[in-house]
Amino acid sequence: MSLDTDAVKKIAHLARLGVDPGEYENYARNLSDILSFVEQLKAVDTTGIEPMAHPLESSQRLRSDEVTETNQREQFQAVAPKVEAGLYLVPKVIE
Amino acid sequence: MHQMTIAELAAGLRAGTFSSEELTRSCLERISRLDPQLNSVITVTSDSAMAAARQADTRLRQGDAPLITGIPFLHKDIFCTEGVRTSCGSRMLDNFQAPYDATVTTRLKDAGAIMLGKTNMDEFAMGSSNETSFYGPVRNPWDLDRVPGGSSGGSAAAVAARLAPLATGTDTGGSIRQPAALCGITGLKPTYGRVSRYGMIAFASSLDQAGPLATSAADAAVMLQTISGFDPRDSTSIERPVDDYLPQLDNDLSGLRIGLPKEYFGEGLDPQVAAAIEAALDEFKKLGASVHDISLPNSQLSVPAYYVVAPAECSSNLSRMDGVRFGYRCENPKDLQDLYVRSRGEGFGPEVKRRIMIGTYALSAGYYDAYYLKAQQARRLIRDDFVSAFKQVDVIMGPTAPSTAFRLGEKSDDPVSMYLSDIYTIAVNLAGLPGMSIPAGFANGLPLGLQLIGNYFEEGRLLNLAHRYQQVSDWHTRMPDNF
Repeated sequence: MSLDTDAVKKIAHLARLGVDPGEYENYARNLSDILSFVEQLKAVDTTGIEPMAHPLESSQRLRSDEVTETNQREQFQAVAPKVEAGLYLVPKVIE
Repeated sequence: MHQMTIAELAAGLRAGTFSSEELTRSCLERISRLDPQLNSVITVTSDSAMAAARQADTRLRQGDAPLITGIPFLHKDIFCTEGVRTSCGSRMLDNFQAPYDATVTTRLKDAGAIMLGKTNMDEFAMGSSNETSFYGPVRNPWDLDRVPGGSSGGSAAAVAARLAPLATGTDTGGSIRQPAALCGITGLKPTYGRVSRYGMIAFASSLDQAGPLATSAADAAVMLQTISGFDPRDSTSIERPVDDYLPQLDNDLSGLRIGLPKEYFGEGLDPQVAAAIEAALDEFKKLGASVHDISLPNSQLSVPAYYVVAPAECSSNLSRMDGVRFGYRCENPKDLQDLYVRSRGEGFGPEVKRRIMIGTYALSAGYYDAYYLKAQQARRLIRDDFVSAFKQVDVIMGPTAPSTAFRLGEKSDDPVSMYLSDIYTIAVNLAGLPGMSIPAGFANGLPLGLQLIGNYFEEGRLLNLAHRYQQVSDWHTRMPDNF
C-alpha cells in the first residue's frame, strides 16, 4: 500500500489537520510504511469471525433517564479560548 | 526515606518517625535537585502537596487511615486534575487547566495520597520512547543518553530515580509495562474495565487502562487497590468487586503452571534479554511452579491490528481538540475551517498527526471493512488464543520488550521500528487482559523486564507471583548511580 502526496493532502483535509506542504512527502513515506506493515492482516482468513468490540463482551449499561449532572457552564467555559454571553465564539460562518 | 517501601513509609508515618509533611518535602527536594537531568516532571504542585500532607498528618493522628494516606505519588499528565494544568504532553493542552478531577485522581485524593506533580509523557500517550512530548524527551536514569520508554516515560523514570515511591501510568499498547521494563521498575496494566477511564484523556478507548508504577509488586498493590473499582461514569467500567490484593501477596506458588509462548522467544529478541528471562523462570521453578511451552499462533497479527484500531479510535477521540472549547487556538483564524486546520496543525506534533491520518484513512468511506473491521476480527483471534492458553496454564510469561533501552533519536525517524518495541505487550491490550512487568536482570548495565500475563481479573495473582519472585531476587532494589 502506498500513498502519494495528493492522498496525504486529502487525508489531512478530511482530518482538518494543517500539514506543512514541505512535509507531504515525508508523511507520504511514513504513512505508506505503516499501511504496508498493516497489510499483513490481509493474509488472514477471517471469514465468519465476529469482530471484537469489547474483550469481556460487555454491552453498554443503561440507566434511568434522570438529570444527574448540574450545569457547570461557567466553569467549563473558563478554559475556552473565546466566549461571550455563555457562547463559544468562532469566526463568522455565515456571510 | 527515598529507599523505603510503602509498608515501611506507612509504618514510619504511624509511629511518628517522620510526618507526611517531612516525607513530601523530601520528595519535592529530590525532584527539584535531580529532575533537571531527567525531565520527568512537567508540573510540580508543591503548595497543594504540602497542604495535602498536613491534612494527611491530621488524618493519620486520628487513626483509621488507609495505607496510602500521606504517601506521595506522581501523576501522569493524562489524568485530569482540577485547577492544575493537564497537558497530555501536547502543545494542544499546554494551557488546559482541567475543570474536574479524573476518577483515579479523586480516589487517590480521597485516600489521602499526596500528588507531587504531573509527569512527562509521549504526546497524547502516542509513543514508546517519550520523545514525542511537547515538553521534550525524558531521559533514562540508568543512562541519560537513552530513552525511558513510553508513553508513561516520566512516571517510570521518576520512580526509578526514587523521586517518588509511586506513580500512575496508562497503558494502551504497553505504555506502563515497556517503560517499567526499560527503567527497571514494576508496572501493572489491569484488566480492561478494572480502573475507571473517566477524566483520563482518551487515546484508544477500547484499549486504554490506568495502572500503578512502583519499585515493587507490594507497593504497586497498594496503589492498585486504591484506584480500582466500578465507576458509573465510565461506560466500560466493570461492575465487579475488587479483590483484596495485599493478603494474596504471600500465597504459595506450588503447582503453578507457567506458559511460555514460543512466539515471544523468536527472532528479534535480544539474546541477553532471553537469557535473563530463562534465569527468572528457574527461580519460579524453585518456588514450586512448572513451565510449559504454549503457542499463541496469531501473535504476529497483534502489532498490525493495533496500528489500525488505535489510530482509528484516536482520530475519532482527538477530533474534540478543535480550538473551540478548550486548548490551543491559532492566532487570527480567517474562517472556521482555518481555525480548525491551523489550531490542530500547530497544536499537534508529528507522531500524533501520523496516527490521526492513519486512523482517518482507515475509517474513510470504502476502507472501513478492509481495515477496522478486519482488525477487530483479528483481535478476536488474538483474544481466543489467550482463552485457549489459559485452559492449559495459570499465567503466561515472557520478555516485556525485545531489548533494553535504546538511544535517544535511534528510532524516531522510523515509526514501524518504534512500533515493534511493543511487540510483546500489545496483544495483552487487544485481548483486554491484565499484564505486568517486573525487573528481571540487566544487560550491559541496563535493566530489563519479565512480563507476566494473567487471565481476566487476576491482578491479585500477578502481584502474588511478582512479590514472591521479588523476595528471592534483588533486581527491584537496584538503583541507578547518581540518584
